[in-house]
Amino acid sequence: MKTFKMGGVHPEENKISTQAAIEVMPLPKQVVVLMNQHLGAPATPIVAKGDKVKVGQMIAEAQTFMCANIHSPVSGTVSKIEPCKDFVGLPKNAIYIDVEGDEWLESIDRTPDIKRECTLEPKEIVAKLKEMGIVGLGGATFPAHIKYSIPEGKKAEYLIINAAECEPYLTSDYRVMLEHPEEVCIGASILRKALGVPNAYIGIETNKPDAIKLMTETAKKYDGIIIEPLKVKYPQGAEKQLINAITGRKVPSGKLPIDVGCVVSNLGTAFAVYEAIQKNKPLIENILTVTGKKLPSQHNYQCRIGITYNDIIKHALGELPETTGKVISGGTMMGKAISNLDAPTTKGASSVLVMDEDEARRNPETNCIRCGKCMHACPMGLEPYLFSALVKNKRVEEAKEHNILDCIECGCCYFSCPANKPLTDEIRLGKNMVRAWMASQKK
Amino acid sequence: MNLLNISGSPHVHSDESTKKIMWRVNLAMAPMLLCGIAYFGLNALLISLVSVACCCLFQWLIEKYLLKVPTTVCDGSAVVTGLLLAFNVPATADMIWLVAIGALVAIGVGKMTFGGLGKNPFNPALVGRVFMLISFPVQMTTWPTVGKWFPMSLDTTTGATPLGIFKESGLSDMPGLMDAFLGHVGGSFGEVSAIAILIGAIYLLWRKVISWHIPVAFIGTAFIFSGILWLVNPEQFLNPVMTIFTGGIMLGACFMATDMVTSPMSKTAQLIFGFGCGLLTIIIRNWGAYPEGVSFAILLMNSITPLLNRWCKPARFAC
Repeated sequence: MKTFKMGGVHPEENKISTQAAIEVMPLPKQVVVLMNQHLGAPATPIVAKGDKVKVGQMIAEAQTFMCANIHSPVSGTVSKIEPCKDFVGLPKNAIYIDVEGDEWLESIDRTPDIKRECTLEPKEIVAKLKEMGIVGLGGATFPAHIKYSIPEGKKAEYLIINAAECEPYLTSDYRVMLEHPEEVCIGASILRKALGVPNAYIGIETNKPDAIKLMTETAKKYDGIIIEPLKVKYPQGAEKQLINAITGRKVPSGKLPIDVGCVVSNLGTAFAVYEAIQKNKPLIENILTVTGKKLPSQHNYQCRIGITYNDIIKHALGELPETTGKVISGGTMMGKAISNLDAPTTKGASSVLVMDEDEARRNPETNCIRCGKCMHACPMGLEPYLFSALVKNKRVEEAKEHNILDCIECGCCYFSCPANKPLTDEIRLGKNMVRAWMASQKK
Repeated sequence: MNLLNISGSPHVHSDESTKKIMWRVNLAMAPMLLCGIAYFGLNALLISLVSVACCCLFQWLIEKYLLKVPTTVCDGSAVVTGLLLAFNVPATADMIWLVAIGALVAIGVGKMTFGGLGKNPFNPALVGRVFMLISFPVQMTTWPTVGKWFPMSLDTTTGATPLGIFKESGLSDMPGLMDAFLGHVGGSFGEVSAIAILIGAIYLLWRKVISWHIPVAFIGTAFIFSGILWLVNPEQFLNPVMTIFTGGIMLGACFMATDMVTSPMSKTAQLIFGFGCGLLTIIIRNWGAYPEGVSFAILLMNSITPLLNRWCKPARFAC
């Protein structure tokens, strides 16, 4: 069974929302569309206050290289354009739209029919990805049209679709595989065509046997779609680890997957690509898991982007349980704690995870006993205990020499530390210090 | 509703803790304690109780009145030190009070001077043991002989350890291999029974408290090195099988050299560490003044642990 070679941990899986079929979330009264939902520069609004917009209409345009278009997820009237606090509390420019009805652009094919043929040339596919505002849905929200424009001198050999879903709790990719296997395979075929590679490998962890079975059946109908069952180990879905698991190749420090001939996209992205290319539907919806051990019910929703977390919670749960300690966007290993529930969801959102007070509390920190568990858990072969000491003493140069920037912030070090040291937090701080120091050196 | 907590990721923890690790080590030492009591009776029990109680008491006193920090006695590390110290002394009546001095040195000098658990460069129990060996050489090398099961008397007849016998009079008076394996020989009361130590070590391996690298490198090196010497001159040197089953090699390799705090972290460094321990032990045993050298070997290797950590980096991803 394939898996990555170095480090890794086994957090409790807690996939408790696997049985919940994807439901359609009703439209809210208002959506807030952030202009910065992707890696790179914010998009520039092309609508003004008072404008009427339709579902799928472009409302903000990518005017710089590293940017993505943004489309209206609802129909209605633009009520204002001003900064809105995102879920961690940072103000970002946003378009507020008051919802009126549900009027879609005519060009969007809303029928459930599956459209298999794609006659577009690779260049046209990439251009359409850009037009439709597709970004990577695995967490980093990297604009897809940039990823699929292979730079001069580089050659793609492998397309890898990440369906590992190694994060605890998350089940959105799993539900998409069960409910839309054809669409996912078509999306992967389109991406394969865009890159001109012979095969697309879909990596799925073996804790999802029914998804592996269904996807293997479905993939038989399509050329060059290969399902790769992967041994359950976190962080299987991290880009470098997944490439290592499936191809055996290793992306060197500071390099990109394309440097070893690989392109990795999330399963959710493949589904979004299908909808964008075959159905002309821009990226205006995502699949969200609403889950938590103490919640009365578990859900998977198809939501319009820009709905607030409070609206989702209100519809799914009524209100948060009394004993809620923490609400997380994403999984427990790499997700971000939400401080502002009035914030809207963005393209990259994958879940609303409600943790109880008991789960949300960290145990008190004690002395490092030099057990080396952090080092052996690290999938990048780094020494977290050392970074902890270096960062506390502000020894920035040494931290850089020990390759602190290679850290992928997967959280395996803190997870395995018997002394409960906040290693991942300290390393994150250290990386910022190193980047600041490097910038100051350049001047 | 309450305010929400926020923190950086990850939001879950494996629930592993120092306390759990230490109590697992204590559990792993239970077979040795039982074996010791079976062979050496009341003395062994009293020495263990005094040693553990003194280690905990001294740690508590130092933390409360000298360092003025919250006590960490509950984490079980003082109990580990206390048990290991007790296992490393002969089970004679004198030791019942002498071990208290050893405990003070082990906890006070070996551990708390450096800032407590995790900061000490040397294994505290060995610091205490070596202090006692040098300060009370007569009492520390007066070994009770093993007679009937569960002896209840505090008075013991004394004899020599297998290694002492070999150093004095050669191979002729040595006990048999089976006695050495089960522990029916003279010696410090925790180190005599190889079988009890192996049961504990297998438990620790299973619970992933220790890895195989240090014990295997330690015992393997001692076996191979003593085997070479034995092949060269079987009259002068002890055979390799008896070498690893007598004295403190088993206890040292499985429970003291593997101490997380004072041993290196990467697998390569652990192999080098174990190799060094094995080599030094055999050198001291054969050419040193003492018949046994495990304590000194481990302490010497402890001193280069920071260097090993610096030299032997883990293999980085894609390097």
